[in-house]
Amino acid sequence: MKRIGVFICHCGVNIKDTVDVELLTEQLENYPGVVHIENYMFMCSDPGQNQIKAAIEENKLDGVVIAACSPTLHESTFQNVIEEMGINKYQLEIANIREQCSWVHNDKEEATRKANLIIKTALEKLRLNESLSPVSSPMTKRVMVIGGGIAGIQAALDIADGGYEVLLVEKKPSIGGHMIQLSETFPTLDCSQCILTPKMVQLAKHKNIKLYVNSEVEKVEGFVGNFTAKINRKPQYVNPDICTMCGDCIDNCPVVVPSEYDEGLSWRKAIYVPFPQAIPATFTIDTENCLGFDPIACGECRKACKPEAINYDKKPETFEEKIGAIILATGYDLYPVEKMAEYGYGKFPDVLNGLQFERILSATGPTGGKMLRPSDGKIPKEIVFIQCSGSRDPERHNSYCSKICCMYSLKHAKLYKHKVHDGQPYIFYIDIRSGGKRYEEFIQQAVSEDGVIYIRGKVAKIYKEDDKMIVHGMDTLTGKKIEIKADLVVLAQSMIPSEGVNKLIQNLKLSTDEHGFLNEAHPKLRPLESIQSGFYLTGAAQGPKDIPDSVAQASGAAAKVLALMSQQEIYHEPIIAWVDEEKCSGCGICISTCPYGARALNFDGIAEVNEVLCEGCGACISACPSSASQQRNLTDDQINNMIDIILQDNLENSLEKEDMI
Amino acid sequence: MNLPYYPGCTLKANASHFEDSAIKAMEILGHQLVEMKDWVCCGTVFSQTDDDLMLHLASIRNLLRAKEQGFDELVTLCSMCYNTLNRSKAFIDSDPDNLKKVTDFMYRENIEYDQDIQVYHLFNILKDRIKYETIEKLVHNPLKSLRLGAYYGCLLVRPKEFAIDDFEEPTIIEDFLRILGAEAIDYPYKLECCGAYQTLTQKDVSVKRCYEILNSAKKANCDAIVTSCPLCAYNLDFLQKEIEKEYVGFVNIPVFYFTELLALALGHTWEASWSELHAVDPLPLLKDKQLI
Repeated sequence: MKRIGVFICHCGVNIKDTVDVELLTEQLENYPGVVHIENYMFMCSDPGQNQIKAAIEENKLDGVVIAACSPTLHESTFQNVIEEMGINKYQLEIANIREQCSWVHNDKEEATRKANLIIKTALEKLRLNESLSPVSSPMTKRVMVIGGGIAGIQAALDIADGGYEVLLVEKKPSIGGHMIQLSETFPTLDCSQCILTPKMVQLAKHKNIKLYVNSEVEKVEGFVGNFTAKINRKPQYVNPDICTMCGDCIDNCPVVVPSEYDEGLSWRKAIYVPFPQAIPATFTIDTENCLGFDPIACGECRKACKPEAINYDKKPETFEEKIGAIILATGYDLYPVEKMAEYGYGKFPDVLNGLQFERILSATGPTGGKMLRPSDGKIPKEIVFIQCSGSRDPERHNSYCSKICCMYSLKHAKLYKHKVHDGQPYIFYIDIRSGGKRYEEFIQQAVSEDGVIYIRGKVAKIYKEDDKMIVHGMDTLTGKKIEIKADLVVLAQSMIPSEGVNKLIQNLKLSTDEHGFLNEAHPKLRPLESIQSGFYLTGAAQGPKDIPDSVAQASGAAAKVLALMSQQEIYHEPIIAWVDEEKCSGCGICISTCPYGARALNFDGIAEVNEVLCEGCGACISACPSSASQQRNLTDDQINNMIDIILQDNLENSLEKEDMI
Repeated sequence: MNLPYYPGCTLKANASHFEDSAIKAMEILGHQLVEMKDWVCCGTVFSQTDDDLMLHLASIRNLLRAKEQGFDELVTLCSMCYNTLNRSKAFIDSDPDNLKKVTDFMYRENIEYDQDIQVYHLFNILKDRIKYETIEKLVHNPLKSLRLGAYYGCLLVRPKEFAIDDFEEPTIIEDFLRILGAEAIDYPYKLECCGAYQTLTQKDVSVKRCYEILNSAKKANCDAIVTSCPLCAYNLDFLQKEIEKEYVGFVNIPVFYFTELLALALGHTWEASWSELHAVDPLPLLKDKQLI
């Protein structure tokens, strides 16, 4: 029989106040197999760890149960401790008596009884644990970045500079993301395009970066270090090697559609360059709107193209790429105004969202940088900015704070004032959140120098009267209703995860929060990676973020990936399925239940396990009709023993109660 | 079909044409509004700021009376009654403590309150039970070329738990007016408060509110306003005399109950007794549009 040591942690008062640790120690002292038991204030501390080591040596322990917090926190800490003492790390069991006991109960007596059972089940499991060694597999030293906004660009550049090959997959025809649409950036007011385009060019020229635009990741299979990604690329109708960028095709294209780059405020043709500094700099045909695929209907651009660079017969491609890690930089979209009855469902041309206003401010925008409103091209003399439009509104819209709007609304007001000196900007706000380097100063300066008027309150309604937008709001500091006859209204729309990401996330089986933003592995200590090994997060895909934060997170995630890439081999947990060949009938049920494609029949008709693909979920084990599939260190015998212990206690308890009656 | 009907006080007095037109219109649609017996005021006259319990007693008593008479639903015409009855119901349905407080006052009642009784506004019945499509087929005198502004006020849409439609952007009345053949005009003040009971103590508040509402409707070229609340109708209609004094150049605009227009569109003759209860005479408009 194993010689087992039990170590009960007080976790300060977290456990000790609700669970009687002294009583537990007494109760379990003589439990079969336990040769040593003790309790201590902080088992995870250095002295605590040393106590464990001393006890292992003194009592010649070959198995350890730690009764403490969740294994997600300190399992590896204690595994290292016993490994140092020469015990296989799979001879450690954590009995979680904090999250699953002391934190959720008040009754000390009952909590102690439950803690006792949790520890006993851990003991029963440990008794039959095998010593295992991790499964190793080679590391593919290539990285895929999904999304070509500022976060994706920064991450790709950092990893490529580190010497590893990067594939950047972008859904749109050019990289640049939303940042390329912006006019100037807070708090320094430097030109967004001027600081972004050098990075875009650098990326396009980088010898370690392969760029796939008009492409989407359909599926990813495999595991950290050994992913295979299936990528769909739209047809490349215009051959960039032949195209001279003369623009004759655009002049002859008869199809006009709203421009995505200008957020619908201007028009583009069905064959187009998304914006002047687009990377790759080439023409794209928008397949949804182009008429040329029916040669009788159109074909004007091909006729006009002298170098004959246009070929309508190109087909979409699907190809596979092998990679070792994936960075998700899928970014954000704005919450649609069409969902907001109070602000007119998007039916007023002079009610814009923040990105549309950026385009009006931008020199490359629809007005050439002149401050003109869309409906009639007049200069707006009074302009209202509404913060938290769709944010911090759990009743109607999104409950969360979109974080960047306080700063960009103010930036908008400031830039407006720089263009229209006699104009009056108003900002409706709930709170001003200006936590960031030089952010608060930026706000103070705008109030004192630029005459921006802040009104604390929400806008209830916007409607049109003659050529004015009437803004009905409340000044909650004076308690008065406010009505502003504005020429233009700009809504700081809530940030939401970018469109279409949901499908990708589902395919990748990644976890998200209730709003669809990607979940980090730990909210404080592992903010750059997903809980799914090999996936890293950057930018607004993880939550609303401004440019500095996105860039910082991108470089951070890149550093994490570089550390991973520097390893020659990747190790995989051995807590996985195995097959008792004598029991296996070769029915194949396990193959259909396995979500990871880790099961297959071998030549003898026996179902095998691919050890590197198996994630140890247990689906095949519960599905196996002949109990041939078993989980290492979670065998049927172990689970039955654990259940027995609990049932035995329940039985004794109910007998006791009957006696009392 | 018989519909158990709770009239409320105003429909027996100032707004008797509201009740009369409703009963007659519903008859044409093949439904009888059967007035429940022994009803009392819905309780809305109690000020909530003085006592937040007392106002619920009358409402709950009405629900008990309905139960005694074997009804499991009540239909109201008045927006205020609809709102008050539902609020009281929610007050005790949502919290057992509130239920106890209220029933402690009712120790002389022979019957206990239960949650099963539902309170509907006639609009709910028209839209969901009779269905607008059915009514549309029965319209014999379509209100062609009549440009009508639906006025919801507060009580049909707030609080949002008892809103008869989307509380920010309702269209249930506009849809109704369209099936009667009229043109439904959207205007920004359709959900604003008319000033309600302020008209008793601070008339100037109500006058200003009503002016803003009527003016907003007139700017959108409405020929008339349509409502389902006797208090709103009183303010919007009868305060126009004061508005004329206060705001030079203001021209009157008629205010209708939706049931008057329903009856008219279904082919019922306009009754002289209805006109008598309007402050702004609607006859010139109806004649002008050749509806009577």
